Amino acid sequence: MKSLAELTAIRDKMKARVAIREGGADIRIVVGMATCGIAAGARPVLNAFVEGIAQAGLTEKVTVTQTGCIGICQYEPVVEVFVPGQEKVTYVKMTADKAKEVIEKHILNGKPVVEYTIGKAKM
Amino acid sequence: MKELSLNILDIAQNSLRAGATFLKIELDQRTHLLTIRITDNGCGMKPDFLARVADPFSTTRTTRPVGLGLPLLKMEAEMTGGRIQIESRHESMYSDHGTCVTAVFDTAHVDCPPMGDLVGSLLVLIQGLKDTDLLFVHTLPGTKVQLDTRQLRAELTDAVPLSEPEVLEWIREYLTEAYAAS
Repeated sequence: MKSLAELTAIRDKMKARVAIREGGADIRIVVGMATCGIAAGARPVLNAFVEGIAQAGLTEKVTVTQTGCIGICQYEPVVEVFVPGQEKVTYVKMTADKAKEVIEKHILNGKPVVEYTIGKAKM
Repeated sequence: MKELSLNILDIAQNSLRAGATFLKIELDQRTHLLTIRITDNGCGMKPDFLARVADPFSTTRTTRPVGLGLPLLKMEAEMTGGRIQIESRHESMYSDHGTCVTAVFDTAHVDCPPMGDLVGSLLVLIQGLKDTDLLFVHTLPGTKVQLDTRQLRAELTDAVPLSEPEVLEWIREYLTEAYAAS
């Protein structure tokens, strides 16, 4: 059975790392989590980003947050990626599998997955 | 919505947007009648807004702090022969302000959506809680599954947020175990 004491151990392990993170300008991944996003399947997308970033050991560099409706409901699940010094990249109709690909190609290797972006979806 | 747990996530997000510092999700599933109750201490709704909040055709884009979530919940509950009830006290009139949404679903009805991935939905909610606290109580026949983020924060202190992936993973395992034992 899980015990609360395990959280104390997590706290002691994470404390130093969390403190480091608070200073730096980081990559932000923002997942639309309003009614439209949730209905379109944003939950597995958000969880895939949270788990994928943790597995890649990137929690100090990358934050995953949620936002409301940004007005393009027909393209949900929508994910915006902000890399300091670069233009925002908007991914549309996301899935958990696409999220893994975005982490590998865009977040880790710096190359946006153009075929999943809103520019491609409109054409 | 394909899953009841997504409705729960959606309605609970309204509470966060209403500035709630405390949010309670109660599920009572001791019989085939499932009661979902989401209570918050957020800003609440004014009576005129409350009166039309479950009607999708009276919400306009400029006055849309709630959107389609409540109309969807109402429609889905009523499709199973159930109902919803919304009580709200706006902060301009009450010091004990907040909103309480109750929905009853007949889970034996053919049109009742499945609960779906409740643990996954709760994790998304907890990931976005920031400083809001959540008490989750799911009453099942002969047992209860419960999670109180105030207890978790007491262990984590201010040093580590609930949104930390390792913390979320602990919560996932904790809830999964609790449901497996129920």
